[in-house]
Amino acid sequence: MGRPITVGIPRAFGFYLYYPMWKEFFEALGVRVVASSPTTREILDNGVRETVSDACVPLKLFHGHVQDLADKDVDYLFIPRLVNMARDAVFCPKFLGLPDMIRYSLDDLPPIIDVRIDLRKGKLEALKICYRVGSLFTKNIFKIYDAYNKSISKFGSFKDLVKKGIGLTDAMKILHGKGSETDFKHNGELTFAVLGYPYNIYDPYVSADVIGKLHNMGVNVITTEMIPDEVLNIDSPEFRKEAFWILSHRALKAAHYLFDTKSVDGIIHLTAFGCGPDFMVNKLIELEAKKRTHMPFMSLMIDEQTGDAGVLTRLQAFVDMVKLRKAGEKEGVAWNESSDLSLYGDVSHGYKTAARADG
Amino acid sequence: MVIRRLLEQMGNEVIAPLRPSQRTLDLGVRYSPEFACLPYKLVTGTYIESLERGADTILTSGGVGPCRAGLYAPMHEAILKDLGYDFEIIIIEPPSRGIGDIYRKLQKLNADKLSWLALLGLVREGWAKVKALDDLERLSHYVRPREIEKRSTTRVYQKTLSWMAEANSIKEIKEAHEAGVAALKGIPQDPERDILKIGIVGEIYVVLEPSANLELEEILGELGAEVDRSIFLTGWTMDNAVADAMRLTGGRSVKRAAKEYLPEMIGGHGQDSIGHTIIYAKDGFDGVIQLSPFTCIPEIVAMSILPKVSKDYDIPVLSIVLDEQTGKAGLTTRVEAFVDLLYRRRRQRLEAGI
Repeated sequence: MGRPITVGIPRAFGFYLYYPMWKEFFEALGVRVVASSPTTREILDNGVRETVSDACVPLKLFHGHVQDLADKDVDYLFIPRLVNMARDAVFCPKFLGLPDMIRYSLDDLPPIIDVRIDLRKGKLEALKICYRVGSLFTKNIFKIYDAYNKSISKFGSFKDLVKKGIGLTDAMKILHGKGSETDFKHNGELTFAVLGYPYNIYDPYVSADVIGKLHNMGVNVITTEMIPDEVLNIDSPEFRKEAFWILSHRALKAAHYLFDTKSVDGIIHLTAFGCGPDFMVNKLIELEAKKRTHMPFMSLMIDEQTGDAGVLTRLQAFVDMVKLRKAGEKEGVAWNESSDLSLYGDVSHGYKTAARADG
Repeated sequence: MVIRRLLEQMGNEVIAPLRPSQRTLDLGVRYSPEFACLPYKLVTGTYIESLERGADTILTSGGVGPCRAGLYAPMHEAILKDLGYDFEIIIIEPPSRGIGDIYRKLQKLNADKLSWLALLGLVREGWAKVKALDDLERLSHYVRPREIEKRSTTRVYQKTLSWMAEANSIKEIKEAHEAGVAALKGIPQDPERDILKIGIVGEIYVVLEPSANLELEEILGELGAEVDRSIFLTGWTMDNAVADAMRLTGGRSVKRAAKEYLPEMIGGHGQDSIGHTIIYAKDGFDGVIQLSPFTCIPEIVAMSILPKVSKDYDIPVLSIVLDEQTGKAGLTTRVEAFVDLLYRRRRQRLEAGI
């Protein structure tokens, strides 16, 4: 036998949510799995060059990661068409057209496994999808079924770790035997929620390592994925219609939940430049934050030009503000909420304008 | 225009939105999130202007994913209420989501309690008008590149529109339509002219709303290109509202054409843009222009795929992204360059004997 067949998975978009499951599945079939390298300037630049200029940062990044894999000589690229993973909400249109965009904008690619994942079709659909993918590598149905079960249970343990409050990428490290739960526990004095899309937040390059920076400042971080599923699934009476896109919907749900339970000290919404759904998500969270002045809120926009120092300054300012406010509450000083908010508003506005001038 | 008449007949006072102006856009830009698309901002501006003029109810259409436009109405509501406006919003959803819903909403609007038969008559009248309007516009696209005196078509066309606005029964609509057709056909034309054929594809709002696309069709027409627009209001309504209700797949041939490149319904008009481009190429058009509002996701998807389509089917495609900063002069320059290119291409092909 020659070398095993390799399947490449780009470290972007669905990677952050499903990589452990996909990896387990392919490996159970005897296929080697290669993820693209962690994001670097070069990967991002490659992506920017190949993508329509109006696209959002993560989409450009995805192109870069595919390029990276193509250079690694993999036999297949796994770019599933994520349509629907649960209930009525679907993924953003960019996920729906992802394999097509890749196929027509990059040249000389290995074959793409672009199976359509739409779990609205019934309980057996997941199994059928696995069969469709698995039959590329083996004729043995039992082997595929076994791989299916293994990947589901892997996904279960991945989810359990995350629900305990461990970040997605940290949970992946634990699953792959690099460290234990205690290594990734943080005991800061403050807890912030960083809301947004996992593929932005958990890519330390793109997000300018917001999570790491907060940890260094003694702040615990929770993200949407750590909030109990029951919360993320209930229907929102606050908003007339369900958001169509699953990830936006969940970010919004998480925000409402956190506003209601006051279980964190502050909320940061991380959004990518040019993100279609986010302009609405962001506005809705902002409107909600305006009504609930007890919760400090900041939105942070990233793009391919984002600098480390700028993000650090803003995070520091935000942390300081929250600390001051907490100290004030302790001393029983009535906090003038309106002035607090307008101050923050001005600061953020100033930053935006400054960023504009630079860009 | 059509909806206004329907509502007036039902006993409502209607404040029809003004034609979007610079002020509309400015208002929209100020009160919309920065990354909203151009249609969103224009609609925000339009709502504010209407509310300023005393409207207390907004009638709008909903939609179901995956384009974000389906969520615009509740989004607008939240923002405008935050600005302190007091109003009620009525969102009409596509009929397939339940006829009962539409019925209830119509009852709310039906202040004079007209009978259903009367309502049906009004709808028929409205439909006739929309069809007549589309027909006139199509004719103007044909005549404009052939006109001898510049801008004469646009002038006559504006006049025919005002006739249509005054027509208030099926009979009058028919008369106005005939008069309009005659007037447009009466414009002095040069039949010998070498006319390019250009198809326009893209997102519905910027394709349909002349103030959003800076009267692109006029610019093209005056440069000597006959324009075919992929979307007309009647066609779109048939495809999306009626066919959806009857469980037909609207615009099937277009979707079939796009299938090879984009098998998934991605919402908006992304798939249509690709399908129409292929159809235009097969019909021997000289070029295609894609219009897209800035940050429109489906059109970005389409834009990534169109270069490949353009190569495979050998048809030039110009993608234009519109936002509140787009200036008419800049647009004209780009379009002129595109038209020049198409003329040259045509000459070369003639010389090569293709």
